[in-house]
Formats: sequence, C-alpha cells, structure tokens
Amino acid sequence: MMLEVKNLHVKYGNVRALHGIDLCVREGEIVTLLGANGAGKSTTLNAVCGLVRPAAGEIIFNGELIHRLPAFQIVEKKITQAPEGRRVFDTLTVQENLDLGAFTAKNQQRVKKSQEWIFELFPRLFERRDQLAGTLSGGEQQMLAIGRALMSNPRLLLLDEPSLGLAPVLVRQIFKTIRQINQAGVTVILVEQNARLALKLASRGYVMEVGNIVMADSASALLENPEVVQAYLGGT
Amino acid sequence: MEVFFTQLTNGLAVGGIYALIALGYTMVYGVLKLINFAHGDLFTIGAYLGLSLLTSLALTDHVGAAAGIVILAVMVMGLVGVIGILLDRAAYKPLRTSPRLSAVVSALGASIVFSNTVMLVYGPNPRVYPQGILPTQVFEVFGLSVPVMRFVILAASVILMIGLYVFIQRTKIGTAIRAAAIDQDAARLMGINVDRVIMLVFFIGPALGGAAGVMVGLYYGQIKFTMGWIYGLKAFTAAILGGIGNIPGAMVGGLLLGVIESLGAAYISMAWKDAIAFFVLILILIARPTGLLGERVAEKV
Repeated sequence: MMLEVKNLHVKYGNVRALHGIDLCVREGEIVTLLGANGAGKSTTLNAVCGLVRPAAGEIIFNGELIHRLPAFQIVEKKITQAPEGRRVFDTLTVQENLDLGAFTAKNQQRVKKSQEWIFELFPRLFERRDQLAGTLSGGEQQMLAIGRALMSNPRLLLLDEPSLGLAPVLVRQIFKTIRQINQAGVTVILVEQNARLALKLASRGYVMEVGNIVMADSASALLENPEVVQAYLGGT
Repeated sequence: MEVFFTQLTNGLAVGGIYALIALGYTMVYGVLKLINFAHGDLFTIGAYLGLSLLTSLALTDHVGAAAGIVILAVMVMGLVGVIGILLDRAAYKPLRTSPRLSAVVSALGASIVFSNTVMLVYGPNPRVYPQGILPTQVFEVFGLSVPVMRFVILAASVILMIGLYVFIQRTKIGTAIRAAAIDQDAARLMGINVDRVIMLVFFIGPALGGAAGVMVGLYYGQIKFTMGWIYGLKAFTAAILGGIGNIPGAMVGGLLLGVIESLGAAYISMAWKDAIAFFVLILILIARPTGLLGERVAEKV
C-alpha cells in the first residue's frame, strides 16, 4: 500500500472538519474523492500534504508515518499537490514557477528531464515560459499548477478541482493529461466536482459527506450506484 | 544652479539611506504583512554599534580608512541582522497566528524596549562619531564642489541595493522569498521552509537598516538614541511611496523622498522639510494608494 490514512481527525479551531476517515491508495492508481462542498475533500488532501495538522489519526506513506512532518518536508517524500484555485505565483514568470516546483530537487539532470516532459504535456507552458503567471488564462494556470507539482518528480500527485472554472474542451484536455501523467507512473488522488468525468478516469472512488467517508467502491460500481447517480451525477 | 546641484546630491545620499531602511519595512511586510515598527530602532542600534566598534577596535588604524569602514559595516550588518532574528523570535513569532493588531502592538513595545536600552547603555545625550577617519576632501564637478563623503554614502547604498536586487531576482533562495511573499501555503507545497524564509528576511532587512545607521553616523557625525523614530517614519513613508511589499519600490521611494525633501528644504523652507515629506505621502495615498510601483492593494487574504 502506497498511502494509508487511518482514523484521520482534523479540526479548524472548534469546527471538526474530518471525523475519523480511513482511505488507502495503491501504487499506480487514480483514486477520486467525491462529495459536496465542505465534505472535507480538500482538508483530506491538505492533511496528507502537511498543510493542516491532524488532531488524531495516522497518515502512512510507503510505510513511513508522515502526519507530523511539516509541509515542506513532505514534498521531499515525493508527494506534491496542485491546490484548489491553482495558487500559481502570479507575479513570477512561468519558468520561475516551474523552478520553484523543483525547489527541493538535488539532481539537476532529473529536473531537466522532468521539465522537458512537462513541456511535452503542456506545450503552451513552453511558449509562455517568460510570461508572468498572473497573465495566463485559467486553463493555462491549471496546466502550470500541475506542471509545477510534477517538477519534483513526485510518486503521488494530489489534484484538487483541476477542472474548476474551465471550458469543457479544456476540461477534457486536462483529464486526458492526468491519464498520461498516471500512465507515466505517477499515482494520483483526484478531488473533483465533475464526478462523472472523475469516475471515468479513476479506478476507485470514495464518497465523502460532512467529514466522513460514506461510500468506497470501484469507480465502475460507483458510476452505477443509484445513490451516487442521484446525488452526484445529476441522474434520473 | 549650485544650490540645486548641492541639494540634489545631498538628497540622493539621504535618499539612499532612507531606501536602505525602507527595504527592511517592505521585505518584512511582503512576507508577513506586518509593519515592523521596531525597525527604526534597529537602525539606531546599528549606528551605536558602529560607534562602539569604530572606537574600540580602531580598525581604520590597522587596515586603512576604506577597508576599515567596509569591515565595520559588515560586522554591524551581521550583528543587527542577528538582533533582527531575535526580535522576530521574541516579539512576532509567538503571535504568528494571532490577529494582526497583536503583532503591531508587540512591535511598538519592542521599539520602546530597543530605544530605551540604547539610552541606558549609551546615555541620553547625542554621541559623536570620531572625526578625521573619513575623507573630508571635496570633489570638483563642473565647477561645483561636493564632499566626497556624499558620493561614498550614495555609492554604498546603491551597491547594497543592487546586491539585494540580484539576490532576490536571480537566486533560488531569492525566488523562494518572493514566492513566500505571494502565497505562503503554496510556497510550502513547493518544499520551501517558510519559517526559514521569514528568518532570512528578518536578517537581511535589519542588516541593511544597521548599515544605514553606520552611514548616518559617518555622514552627519552625530547620533541620538531617538533618531530611529524620525528615520523610521521617513523610510516607512518611502516604502509606501514606492508601494509597500515591493523591493524596487522601496529603493525608488527612498531616493525620491530624499531628493524631494532636500529640494523642498532649499527652495521652500528648511523648517518645512519633514512636513514636505509627509505631504508627499498624503498626496500619494490620495492619488495612488498602492504606491508608485505597487500593483495590488496591500490587503489580501
């Protein structure tokens, strides 16, 4: 098992965001987290990344306890996130954003290779590498956020709402690229509002409701589950 | 014409000093969104440490005036930089997650502690930098005479500013500082140790302020334990003028404020010197609240 989350509790002040969730991710998978706003999907990703500290529970990555590590050290364990809202560094250039993605990297040869691959995945980033990130379109910023997260050659990539606010044609392109990234050997956890697309891409899915995981199944089973269809797929 | 030229060079020298202090305000604000009101007092401490080292080590006797002053400046920068880090540890770090007002109050408290400590150690009367160490000769440029010291001050501040600019723009750590100023959590996701970045900013800013303190001591020859207040206020004005949080903005704002003030003192009235500086601040806040080079509104989530 690559990632195991056990009985994870997170609180923001007095507000309990996660009430003891369990989930696991195997190497090479795409796993998706579904659920309404406020269900705790982003909190789960941020706990794995070390941006929020769990109140209780364990997070184990490749056999190692990581939930007490600060965020900047978790990057060195080869987990990165393309956060919700992209969060690119808007007054830095595209190239500087990518360079920051490789901030922890020691092997410059490896970084060069990653960057070549990222420019292959997103040729648009190559064309715009000297532009300020804030001047990019929403889709390009999403490409940059994903590209930046890939620069450190991660084993596990966390994607939070990559399709948010994008035109349908761009959404399809981003999803195609996520598949490519996964096929290159990167394990992916995908948080997505567009549940149908996410389940088509993923091998397994978890459904979250107000800080709990209420369903866990293979993606194909979830796609046919009447409750899921009713609640998340706008079904009939 | 002669008055203009004299005031212009004087304004640039003083402006360079304002700019160096302003950089400390703007860098800390950039990363923490905090106005370090104790920064002016770090500048004062720099001036006094410079005085102590200058008289006790007699560096200029051993290695000559130029090298002696450079070594002195480097030592003061290192010491004041460390004091800056300690200030952050003691006064700001415990309040990192508190409302912003708490840190501002803490900053004002730290300012009082610093200026009173200087008074206790060095006494309440003005102190005088030893004379005769520095070149007092005068340059002849286009038939006008300008003290060499004025150029030395301007050159030193420009060198420090260029050094900082290159460090911030061209190095990996500099880019990390800029990233942390834009979005701390996103910077953490890149693997940047934001606490380390904050520490570095609290070293560099005060170090530059300390250098400015030494320059004031050398330029004017006299220092006082309260001088951090007015210099701090002027430099803060310069930082706002250029756009707070913006590093080139602090440099431009400092030089501009120095020149405006100096010309105003000559052509309007010496007594109105400070008023002119703050009048400029008011104009800028009305006409362009983000400052000359500022792009964003200062307040952001």
